[in-house]
Amino acid sequence: MSETVEFSPAAAPLAEKLLEPALEILARYPIGRERSALLPLLHLVQTEEGFVSPQGVAFCADLLGITKAQVGAVATFYTMYKRRPTGEYLVSVCTNTLCNIMGGQEVYDGLVEHLGVGHDETTADGKITLEHAECLAACDYAPVVTVNYDFAVDNVTPSAAVDLVEHLRKGERPMPARGARICSLKEMQHQLAGFADERDGAVADGPAGAPTLRGVTLAQEHGVAVANFAIDTPIPTTKPARDESAKAVKDPGPRTTKASANGKVAGSSVGNEEKK
Amino acid sequence: MTQPRREVLQKLTPVLTKRWLSPDAWKIDTYERLDGYAAVRKALDVHPDDLIQLIKDSGLRGRGGAGFPTGLKWGFIPQGDGKPHYLVINADEGEPGTCKDLPLMTYDPHSLVEGAIIASYAIRASRAFIYIRGEAVHAARRLRHAVQEAYAKGYLGENILGSGFDLDLVVHSGAGAYICGEETALLDSLEGFRGQPRLRPPFPAIAGLYASPTVVNNVGTIASVPYIVLGGADWWKSMGTEKSSGPMIYSLSGRIANPGQYECGLGITLRELIELAGGMTPGHNLKFWTPGGSSTPLLTADHMDTPMDFEGVAAAGSILGTTAMQIFSDQDCPVYATWRWLEFYHHESCGKCTPCREGNYWMVRTYRRILSGQGTHQDLDTLQDTADNIFGRSFCGLGDGAATPVMSTLKFFRQDYLDYIEGRTAPRLSEKTLVGAH
Repeated sequence: MSETVEFSPAAAPLAEKLLEPALEILARYPIGRERSALLPLLHLVQTEEGFVSPQGVAFCADLLGITKAQVGAVATFYTMYKRRPTGEYLVSVCTNTLCNIMGGQEVYDGLVEHLGVGHDETTADGKITLEHAECLAACDYAPVVTVNYDFAVDNVTPSAAVDLVEHLRKGERPMPARGARICSLKEMQHQLAGFADERDGAVADGPAGAPTLRGVTLAQEHGVAVANFAIDTPIPTTKPARDESAKAVKDPGPRTTKASANGKVAGSSVGNEEKK
Repeated sequence: MTQPRREVLQKLTPVLTKRWLSPDAWKIDTYERLDGYAAVRKALDVHPDDLIQLIKDSGLRGRGGAGFPTGLKWGFIPQGDGKPHYLVINADEGEPGTCKDLPLMTYDPHSLVEGAIIASYAIRASRAFIYIRGEAVHAARRLRHAVQEAYAKGYLGENILGSGFDLDLVVHSGAGAYICGEETALLDSLEGFRGQPRLRPPFPAIAGLYASPTVVNNVGTIASVPYIVLGGADWWKSMGTEKSSGPMIYSLSGRIANPGQYECGLGITLRELIELAGGMTPGHNLKFWTPGGSSTPLLTADHMDTPMDFEGVAAAGSILGTTAMQIFSDQDCPVYATWRWLEFYHHESCGKCTPCREGNYWMVRTYRRILSGQGTHQDLDTLQDTADNIFGRSFCGLGDGAATPVMSTLKFFRQDYLDYIEGRTAPRLSEKTLVGAH
């Protein structure tokens, strides 16, 4: 379909930059089901713009052959698609109930006061967009704050949060507690669009914290294990392994080849890993 | 902090969490050394129907909240229908309190990939998707890396391990919508639409993704599959209870000494879990708690000995849900807690069903009024009435989830409401707090 797409004047500048990765995204979904690519495409648009602009909407609409209204309806539904330009770093404070009672509200209020911006607003230097977030699935570290969605500070206090944003505003990138080394929000959108994190060592960053390992560590310390786990326990069988009824019906493709798994071209970090 | 007793420690069942102790388990060579991909080899050597039967025999029930028998769900997929089938893994973890799937995907992502291969083979799917919550960026990073490694080693792609079975697996990031954790909203979202629930029937097993037969399973469910394939159904049933078999990751948070993830056989009690977690935070006494996230009716100190399995929690009038236990003490206000949850449900309501969309809008405002010291006795009747009119009257469970904390706090903690209304508790919300609200 790529050869036949005609981009409108609004979409053309973005198409020049994004067509290649956009086609890689489309190739993840079955032929005729390209609309499935819309969410990753909207993330992709944000790699250039930091938000979803009317031009970004036009680009997705032209590429998928749907209307701008259809794209707009989707873009405005999801919290992670921003409707105004964002800062280099998105700082999110969880203020859902559990984090809230553990101090998250004070952390958020402190940042509002310190930065002089409110929810979904960006500092004048263009560095920080602040938001209060709903449950970020880290209640055992409550309260938590993330930078560009990576867990930055666990059990955060108002002063630790202020320190964090001050470092960021000075151009420093403090190592997140349980995420990969910090990148810009636009760079993060590339990953959200489904592309691998190519930065050396980034995938290996982010050790497990003590709360995550608490139960399993207790078990190890006290020698508790589940008994009788034998990996060669036979599976009871009633039929031969291979017959016609075991076969899957395939959709019309395309199929991913080894070399391009999830939009990644050969010679990736996988290869490097093996060389070590 | 008190040390847990030996008999309580014995209730720990490290199965799905065991590899988390190996810092490199996210890499395929480490994973392979720790029994990884042994289950795929075993599974591809038997007929898919025998695998479905194995999962049925194990009694595995869905780990995403509803507890539906997994083998039965797989068995619902019509075979020989000439249509492509799909496996969709629900990794949109977002239920307040729930934090078990993110660590699993971050520290042991291959176990999910391996489970996905086995499940896809069993239901005859040649394409599978992992729909991961957008905000879960580090888990997605590790998962994408694991998928690449699995392709490179021939566990994904064409003719997997020479079996003739082909599978493509795509990791698809969401974009920040709690509702997409609901399976039919997730499917709409994966098809590139707003995430809004579908009317059922037809169920996804008949008309799911792209109107084709689809299994939607939670991360924990799929990651359990390789262990059952390796250890067998009887071994799996040696953990948990008769009707709720196997291990479960309990997520403990709040006013306890050591919050964290505790994997135990289904049926352990909150009292025992708090003991494992080193007791309550000093100076705090248990007041209320969620057994399985904020959408499950609250329980109180009277329910500490309720067995935390599907039947036990149901008998106590609640739902096991995602075993996300948020623990609140006598220093936490149930009215404030409920207000904050409602702000969440109000924000996350997709707007499709009127009772949920409008009801949450009004309930949030009623709570704000009560918490700012301007509530009336009539407000309590209004809340009860609104909650009753939301509950059971929406397409999906989000509306029920929103009504739930309202109904349970009105039932257990009416006095706390009256204390605001009658002026015994100082107003909790100031203008400033309300500015921060959605």
